[in-house]
Amino acid sequence: MKEALPLMWRNIPERYNLLGSRCDTCGKNYFPQRKVCPNCRRKGKLVEAKMPETGKIVSYSEVFVAPTWFDHETPYFLAIVELDNHATLLTQVVDSKREKIKEGARVELLFRRIYEDSPEGAIAYGYKFKVVS
Amino acid sequence: MRNVSVIGVGQTTFGEHWSLSLRDLVTEAGVKAIENANVEGKDVQALFGGCMASGRFIGQEHIGALMADQMGMNPVAAYRTEAACASGGVALRLGYMAVASGMYDMVAVGGMEKMTDISTEDAAVALAGAGDQESELFNGATFPAIYALMARRHMHDFGTTEEQMALCAVKNHGHAVHNPFAQFRKAITVEQVMDSGYIASPLKLLDCSPLTDGAAAMVLCASDKAKDYTDKPVDIIASAQASDTLALHERRTLTGLHATEVAAKEAYTQAKITPKDIDLLECHDCFSIAQLMALEDLGFCKKGTGGRFVEEGNTDLGGVIPTNLSGGLKAVGHPVGASGVREAIDVVRQLQGTAPNQVQLKNPAIGLSHNVGGSGATVVVHAFKKGF
Repeated sequence: MKEALPLMWRNIPERYNLLGSRCDTCGKNYFPQRKVCPNCRRKGKLVEAKMPETGKIVSYSEVFVAPTWFDHETPYFLAIVELDNHATLLTQVVDSKREKIKEGARVELLFRRIYEDSPEGAIAYGYKFKVVS
Repeated sequence: MRNVSVIGVGQTTFGEHWSLSLRDLVTEAGVKAIENANVEGKDVQALFGGCMASGRFIGQEHIGALMADQMGMNPVAAYRTEAACASGGVALRLGYMAVASGMYDMVAVGGMEKMTDISTEDAAVALAGAGDQESELFNGATFPAIYALMARRHMHDFGTTEEQMALCAVKNHGHAVHNPFAQFRKAITVEQVMDSGYIASPLKLLDCSPLTDGAAAMVLCASDKAKDYTDKPVDIIASAQASDTLALHERRTLTGLHATEVAAKEAYTQAKITPKDIDLLECHDCFSIAQLMALEDLGFCKKGTGGRFVEEGNTDLGGVIPTNLSGGLKAVGHPVGASGVREAIDVVRQLQGTAPNQVQLKNPAIGLSHNVGGSGATVVVHAFKKGF
């Protein structure tokens, strides 16, 4: 389902700035943000942390059948990226040559439109990545 | 804790039932299970029904009461469970716990889904609710894409091939030819799978389980009473469940389901068995890669060797661990809330000797059912033993 406006709005700081969480107790980084560190639970101390803007592809897929509001973009690449602080995220990979999208490829952050709510509705923005050649 | 046995099973045929509603399906399965158990409706003290997304598929919630109402069983206590595609397995486990604890002597458990009243596109979005909406679907990840990310990494780390994955689908279709309840009773070839077109690379259309309408149900009772109702009770010798992160990217590995490993280990401890003692497996092959990973994570072969294990015939009829003799989710169909119970029923049928002749094993003693919710955030494992 497309996100309701309040949900889209709540996530703006996190998605626009790639803000995740770091646990000051164990040092682990998380994206998206969490309220409790799964490693340390109540002993943990999660603080908001800017995630690094570079990382590497762990796995990828080229998507041919998509939710209707992504239909016009197919085929598109999705990847799981491990950022340089070892936090991981799922993202689209764009602006990259097909043959360069593979496991281990270095990627960097882009700020992009994700989808439009409706022709005259809200536009969801967020993070995508591209391969750094 | 008391021992618990299965005394009756029932299901609808799985497929596109345009003339039947969710209430028709669950009622048919429930009544068949009660008939099969040789009990009266009034003997059943509680209902547990798994259903993933009736609100999204047909606009109906409050499924517990709907089951009791439609089966004419009011005022019995009735519960709906939801754990995405593991909703049925969780219903079975809660029913098991209710009888094992002594709270009830006899309960019915079931699972159901009515998926074809809405468009394929809308159904795919409903199913994406099994993953993390805010980090997966938001970025355009459908469910096939999530499993494709696992498959790609499995190929990278272990040299697994698309042909090996295709073989899982081929074998399952071969079994389903004999299953009167299956959606696709049609054999397919590796070439057909390879030519079926990418949904999310490396997964192709025929690597994926379909959209299906269907329901399945079982009657459980305390083992010491089971022989009062049936000559062929099947004992539940283990029931285990584990959770993991909702989003795939936060897992410790992409190439296996940790929750499967945890649930399997606990189940083997409960039943005092090892994988070598198990005569058959019904595993959760929502995508072909899921079957390879299940064989590894359940301990039937080493991590990374699932492709070769299948290629060598170990999961065939007559192999080390005959797998998805029903046809699996791929060919029996996957009404998401029902599959966990359907998997268990097909293990029970093998142990009772009532599976289709062409796929019936000779006197199996122990079988395992494995049910996954989402991309592995919930896993339920049950072990069954012939009780007669």
